[in-house]
Amino acid sequence: MEDLNLFIRSIFIDNMIFAYFLGMCSFLAVSKNVKTSFGLGIAVLFVLIVSLPITWALNEYVLQPGALSWLGPEYASTDLSFLGLIMFIAVIAALVQIIEMVVEKYAPSLYNSLGIFLPLIAVNCAILGAVLFMQQRDFDSAWTATVYGAGSGIGWLLAITCIAAIREKLEYSDVPAPLKGIGITFIITGLMGIAFMSFLGIKL
Amino acid sequence: MSKASKIAFLNPLSKENPVIVQVLGICSALAVTTKLEPAFVMTLSVVAVLALSNVIISLIRKTIPTSIRIIVQLVVVAALVVMVDQVLKAYNYEVSKQLSVFIGLIITNCILMGRLEAFALNNGPWLSFLDGVGNGLGYGMILVIVAFFRELLGSGTLFGYQVVPDSWYEMGYMNNGMMILPPMALITVACIIWVHRSRNKELQEK
Repeated sequence: MEDLNLFIRSIFIDNMIFAYFLGMCSFLAVSKNVKTSFGLGIAVLFVLIVSLPITWALNEYVLQPGALSWLGPEYASTDLSFLGLIMFIAVIAALVQIIEMVVEKYAPSLYNSLGIFLPLIAVNCAILGAVLFMQQRDFDSAWTATVYGAGSGIGWLLAITCIAAIREKLEYSDVPAPLKGIGITFIITGLMGIAFMSFLGIKL
Repeated sequence: MSKASKIAFLNPLSKENPVIVQVLGICSALAVTTKLEPAFVMTLSVVAVLALSNVIISLIRKTIPTSIRIIVQLVVVAALVVMVDQVLKAYNYEVSKQLSVFIGLIITNCILMGRLEAFALNNGPWLSFLDGVGNGLGYGMILVIVAFFRELLGSGTLFGYQVVPDSWYEMGYMNNGMMILPPMALITVACIIWVHRSRNKELQEK
């Protein structure tokens, strides 16, 4: 029940884009048509689901103060938490690379539809953001971390697909010249954010 | 100052502003702007990381093999960000709490990758330094403008000091709570884009 609550919360209320603005760069650059947006969304979801449990284990057994005590009592006071950022970004970059190779080998059609987006995900702030939030919130099992990753990923997918659909329709509208393109996208994202805030306070 | 360095330093402030023209680094630009103080600290951190990483990459640009340059850039940036993070935690713990994960997210800030790829890999250290400082300031300018309006209208304060007089509140003036919520950051930036593009017609998209 607790996990279901976290799942729903991370899709609608703590939505990566509308509440924290994470992954905005690719969100704005790619959301011009629904098909590519959906592909990118799936790729992000995929990487989030795989990377969160791994970074959770890394945080729990290597980085936290005293986490190394399983090596022996003399390591009980070691604190490696300052290495967190570097370790996480290295793990994410390596994971993205591995996932890219596996997908290319076993699912070439998926690989072709994701195209250049897979390697770019390494520098998508939504991934590192989710990992850092996971560290901050101190989840107590790898399963909870995975649920959080899946929820955030679906939230991101939902947001980018919606905005792409709206932007496709927007082609035919008469927007003031200085706002065309990026300006109106900002305003629409803001309005969607306000709409998503109506989910605030929902508890399962 | 020579012409090239002037261009490298001044262009990012308006004509090639990283946030509102190149649309890079939006994530952190919006999230830290509810108050002026965190926006200011964020600006300083980004200027420092951007200028230093530009210089470092530009110094070693001839020895980096092209195939692994992204990893090298990530490592340099990550090391600098860790230093900034530790300094902030030591000297300004309150603000570092408010910025929470966003200092760490400077690593994946697209401005950094963008400038390293587009500028530092092809130019000398001094020019790269100017480019880094210029882009950092261009980014910070937008941050400070957005934070100014959001703090003034949302909480009636600037840098934590109350500027809206008490008599106004007695007359029935109310802070606009909307301004503190995340969506208003987007709309404020859209307004800045609107003003900026109506003054610079060549930037308008058709």
